[in-house]
Amino acid sequence: MSAPPTATASRKARRDAVYAPARNWGPGFFVKLIVMALIDAIGVYGIYTAWTVRSMPIVTVMIVLVVVANVVYFSRRMVPAKYILPGMIFLFIFQLYVMVYTAYVAFTNYGQGHMIDRNDAISRMQGNSSRLDADGPTYQLTLLARGDDIYFGVVVDGTAKAGTADVPLTEIAGAKVADGKIASAPDYTVMSSADIIARQSDVTSMRVPVSEEPADGSLGTSNAMSAGVYQPILVYDQATETLTDQETGTVYRDNGRGSFRSDDGAAPPNDIGWRTGVGFSNFAKLFTDASVARPFGSVLLWTVAFAFLSVATTFLLGLFLAVVFNAPRLKGQKLYRVLLILPYAFPGFMSALLWRAMLNTQFGVVNQTLLGGAGIQWLQDPWLAKLSVLFVNLWLGYPYMFLVCTGSLQSIPGDMMESARVDGASPWRQFRSITLPLLFISVAPLLISSFAFNFNNFNLIFMLTGGGPTHGTDPTKPGSTDILISMVYRVAGVDNGNPDYGLATALSIIIFVLVGAIAAWSFRQTRKLEEMA
Amino acid sequence: MTTTTQVQTTRVLNRPPRSRWWREVGWRHVVGVVAVIYAVFPLVFAANIALTPDAGISNTADFFTSVGWRNFAYLFTNPSSYFVRWVVNTLAVGGVTAIGTVLMGGAASYAFSRFRFKGRRSTLTSLLVIQMFPQMLSFVAIFLLLTTLGNVFPALGMNSLIALICVYLGGALGVNTFLMYGFFNTVPKEIDEAAKIDGATHAQIFWTIILRLVAPVLAVVGLLSFISSFSEYIIAKLVLTEAPNYTLAVALYSFVADPQNPHWGWFAAGALIAAIPVLVLFLFLQRYIVSGLTSGAVKG
Repeated sequence: MSAPPTATASRKARRDAVYAPARNWGPGFFVKLIVMALIDAIGVYGIYTAWTVRSMPIVTVMIVLVVVANVVYFSRRMVPAKYILPGMIFLFIFQLYVMVYTAYVAFTNYGQGHMIDRNDAISRMQGNSSRLDADGPTYQLTLLARGDDIYFGVVVDGTAKAGTADVPLTEIAGAKVADGKIASAPDYTVMSSADIIARQSDVTSMRVPVSEEPADGSLGTSNAMSAGVYQPILVYDQATETLTDQETGTVYRDNGRGSFRSDDGAAPPNDIGWRTGVGFSNFAKLFTDASVARPFGSVLLWTVAFAFLSVATTFLLGLFLAVVFNAPRLKGQKLYRVLLILPYAFPGFMSALLWRAMLNTQFGVVNQTLLGGAGIQWLQDPWLAKLSVLFVNLWLGYPYMFLVCTGSLQSIPGDMMESARVDGASPWRQFRSITLPLLFISVAPLLISSFAFNFNNFNLIFMLTGGGPTHGTDPTKPGSTDILISMVYRVAGVDNGNPDYGLATALSIIIFVLVGAIAAWSFRQTRKLEEMA
Repeated sequence: MTTTTQVQTTRVLNRPPRSRWWREVGWRHVVGVVAVIYAVFPLVFAANIALTPDAGISNTADFFTSVGWRNFAYLFTNPSSYFVRWVVNTLAVGGVTAIGTVLMGGAASYAFSRFRFKGRRSTLTSLLVIQMFPQMLSFVAIFLLLTTLGNVFPALGMNSLIALICVYLGGALGVNTFLMYGFFNTVPKEIDEAAKIDGATHAQIFWTIILRLVAPVLAVVGLLSFISSFSEYIIAKLVLTEAPNYTLAVALYSFVADPQNPHWGWFAAGALIAAIPVLVLFLFLQRYIVSGLTSGAVKG
């Protein structure tokens, strides 16, 4: 950092010292100038683009970023910020913001049936439920095609008009009208009967708004020859914020949880909900709703057991092998070591998939070749699947522990072992009283971080068993080997088309808290914070 | 002490050397061979199915009965396989992420290690906390963020490799700063003080002195970052929606995603090609990685 200006310096000198551009105009300054010019150009372009689509949050963030970047890099102060800023920008947008957003979604009902906002939900419900207005006008219909879109062409009060599902009827200039219907129109092609038959269901299910005003209704056809006016069955009243069914007279009210419901709890026809805050109900669901709470409890238990047993088994095997190969007289030590760490060097997700092929009940190499055609259900039986997951993770994880233990064993001073031997300690006694305690000092933090890693070992579970075997057919119910993070993925419904983002993010928050607690505990153990002084 | 040594020496002399060799060294070879078989067998198996033409659901256990290169040929010639593009995508995403991580993490670590400023301690502590929260936990929010951004900047939206890189870079500072910070602290401050006296600016000290001295840790962080984006599945799958844009993790999984009709041969052939560079790099930099790992990083 620049030295603080002395009290005797003049204002001008002080200002120069702080704000004047770099005194030495070296090549570094020009590189900086060019880079900043590029960043500013991209920034201004970004602000402009965001402005054209009226995305105010993005405009604001971009302006702040551009201003901050310019201030930081052209000021002579704030030297540390020059180094921290680039990483911080990415951290803020793609990690911190996303974490905060996750926390926000956890308190909403965002998910299947509640994907859009309230106004969209109302207009979509109105559009989807409509009935033919028997007293309304009927028009002779000409079906027009433009690109892949079908347009309804009608003559209203002598004017040729056309419209499609998301474009209300508008006048088309230069259309030829004959016998009260459109004969031809520029830019449009009149659809042939073959085309109409081919797209019959598209035509009959289409509703074309008469105008921008939903109350004017929309055009629909049942025979592709004539079109009638359809009026929405559900009518929204702005003043009372209620939806009324015109046929039955039932009144539906906002139930505060993102849906319209009648007084006796019935849903309107073509019910569509919207996103809204629901307080702690997602969290409450995790602990009280039996259909969620029971699997959640067993998944939580299995996650802890899986992470703990994975660390224990990989550590024991790794330590055993490290001790075995830590013999100076052993020939071929190097070759053994290289071959033994191969599983670690092979990308993890590929290994898990490989093991899935090997453990296949019918055709897998383990059953077929190694066990002579035994039909053991390695990945289908709930308990065997758990065992398989642990076994595969042992294969994946022991080389790491082997490497770490080998390094740690080699750093134990030889004279310490020598003096123990001289004092008559048996090899087992030497191992237990000297090697192991010393080993633990250096390895303990790694065991904790390995636990945290396995706690969220999504790839292994997803690639090996997919969380299965599952009970029943409901894809949203966790399977026997699902850990918390694969349960989040399952509940979020990315693969099974029944997303419940609110519940999934609430689960994420729980994992955040658990991992955070583990972290806090481990930091206290390892005293890592002391290094920061 | 003298007696013990004498007793030991006599015992050694009285016994046939063969049994002593067994007791002290020989059995280690037995354990070694068993362990090596355990370690290597799945990889031999992978090579086997890669060379078995059209290995699908039923013939993965046929050991070298028919050998051919048809799986490899499929990857490079079939129009529905974009293998070369997938490799390029993966290298581009992994490479840019690794370089970005090294530069941004290195710069931040330099600031934390060499400057004393307000909020330094609290920023370090926050980074420590943030690194414990895996980014993939917030994939729902990432999806929503990218959809919003994509409406304004298509390059930062869904199905964009740039967007994927940005998401990975978001995790860069949290995960790696601590590892690098510790290493930066081991470089004596006297070196930059001497340079400062000679008139070097902070930027010159950073680019020409410090970065050279911490090169080993930069290599480790770069490699670990490359490997972790190489293996990352969940966010890549979420962001990349069209086959030509896939990274290898997403593409190879898609070969075997259908349990009724998995294409193990294609998968294994692609996996072998993809794994070889990582394997070589890994064995080559083994020593560095171990020291990197013992400082707290975990392979993804």
